[in-house]
Amino acid sequence: MSEIAPFLEASVRTATPLLIAAVGENISERGGVINIGLEGCIIAGAYAAFATGSASAGAGYSAAVLAGVAVGILLVIFVVLLGRDQIIVGTALTMLALGVTGTLFRARGETLAVVPTLAAAPITVVAVALVPLSWWWLTRTHAGLALRAIGDAPSAARAAGIRVRLVQSCAVIFGAALGGLAGGSLVLAQAGSFAEGMSAGRGFIAIAIVALGRWRPWGVAAASLVFGAAMALQFVVQALGWRVRYELVLMIPYLLTLIALGAFGRGSAPAMLGRPLPDD
Amino acid sequence: MIVAAAASLAAIDVGQAFDAFWRGSFGTASAFFSGTLVRAIPLTIIGTGIAVAFRAGALNIGAEGQLLAGAVAATVVGLHAPGNAAVTVILALAAAAIAGGAWAGVAAMLRARFGVLEVISTIMLNFVAANLVSYLVRGPLQEPTRIYPQTEAVAIGARLPRLSMETRLHAGVFIAIAAAVAAWWVLTRTAAGFRLRAVGASATAARVAGRVDTERVVATALIASGALAGLAGGVEISGVTYALFENLSPGYGFSAIAVAVLARLHPLAVPIAAVLFGGLETGALGMQRDAGIPSVIASVFEAVVILLVIAGGGGALRRLARTPRRAAAVADAAA
Repeated sequence: MSEIAPFLEASVRTATPLLIAAVGENISERGGVINIGLEGCIIAGAYAAFATGSASAGAGYSAAVLAGVAVGILLVIFVVLLGRDQIIVGTALTMLALGVTGTLFRARGETLAVVPTLAAAPITVVAVALVPLSWWWLTRTHAGLALRAIGDAPSAARAAGIRVRLVQSCAVIFGAALGGLAGGSLVLAQAGSFAEGMSAGRGFIAIAIVALGRWRPWGVAAASLVFGAAMALQFVVQALGWRVRYELVLMIPYLLTLIALGAFGRGSAPAMLGRPLPDD
Repeated sequence: MIVAAAASLAAIDVGQAFDAFWRGSFGTASAFFSGTLVRAIPLTIIGTGIAVAFRAGALNIGAEGQLLAGAVAATVVGLHAPGNAAVTVILALAAAAIAGGAWAGVAAMLRARFGVLEVISTIMLNFVAANLVSYLVRGPLQEPTRIYPQTEAVAIGARLPRLSMETRLHAGVFIAIAAAVAAWWVLTRTAAGFRLRAVGASATAARVAGRVDTERVVATALIASGALAGLAGGVEISGVTYALFENLSPGYGFSAIAVAVLARLHPLAVPIAAVLFGGLETGALGMQRDAGIPSVIASVFEAVVILLVIAGGGGALRRLARTPRRAAAVADAAA
């Protein structure tokens, strides 16, 4: 059973970007905005970290966060300010970010520049710290309560004097920033390089993780670990040399999402999730 | 590094790039009939389905997976059902539509029974389908020599005829036009279409005032759009590739969202938008070939078009953006 320790290590490593992205997405969703562009935030953050990470890790992570914020600002403009459909805008932003990063990457001549990777531990510590922090912020601060009020009853929140669009915008941008950070960690703490589409659906999985965790930080943390383990299974299967088709193992996280959402994903969603704010 | 990338893009001769784009898309008969129109066929069929689904408020982001499910079904029929040509093609395409509908049906069932957002489930099903195809073309459906990750070519009888010897344009163009016209007719001229539009415009009003079973309507629209995406996968196998392989679709399922949005969810406008996007994508390939511009830039254009059209609002899109739905429907169902 010498595979147990590497498997746990791989699970935590794989879960880290998922957890960071999902904690951010949870903040955004508690305010009523589902960010389907999260996948785009992640790939934008990954490319930004790749493009600047050779300078220093701090520069890489900063650029990753800024890239996520850029996508988040676009989402705010279309969804919060213009009141357009969150799903269509988010899908377009994901396509945009995948296209822009792919174009830039190929235009550079597809050199396999390698960014020095850091130990995975520091970013994992950050990810784990985000869980109690976001729990405390959501349940113990005025701003957190205001955000949840917006997600459940924006008219009441507005009547209570909360600046609804401002708070919602900040929540969306914070979520997008963490999406960028998650992308940065893919490059700086895992792959050490960039590949087109390397986000590989993690943004969508993070959205599913939020639903599985029932929009609660501790639930989100548990769901992230489950998914990290499901994605790390491929390493175990390779290591043990099981005669299982690799492609079938790769399918497991996605199938697990579907089954788990069906079994546990019900209820407790913010009432206004995915819906535009009522008119002022 | 970003600056360097931008500079290498800026260094490209714009005139040369545009010339390459034009020759690759609309500028020559062969590019137009063998490239642009051939790409417009799946975009029209899928875009029609997405327009129908979005009109009902069912946000099907999983056309890519449904297309692959259809392609698998059409390939299996095409490999194993020799015989009368017309019958085999029809069987293959019918199987493709059923498989695509079933693939979307999983998401419809998860939404109706368990309140799972179809946005999430259809995306997850995309990944399942892509991995399934990877498995099939390296496993049970791999060609006999077991060298290439693809299937054998389907039987001659399972292929759609080409319209002339000179072009790659195939009979699927008629299927695409028929799909768009049929969707228009159902949406605007039938009671079912009226119910569908009513649910998309206001699920609460349709339920309260019209006593419409809104979840049933949404599920039907989702399955119908899946069937069309599956049909498009079958048409690609029968009309273009003749074999199943990974990356069969260059992202048709996502481009078709741009097509449907540009058409403002109007089925009769979908074929026109599809030709424009078909030209955009083949033109981008031309630019890559002749001017060294990465072809993924086409998806940047598509995303920008979606955002501009959405920002402009108007028509069915405006109502869509204002309609409480999805999570609301789940909350209503739970209440």
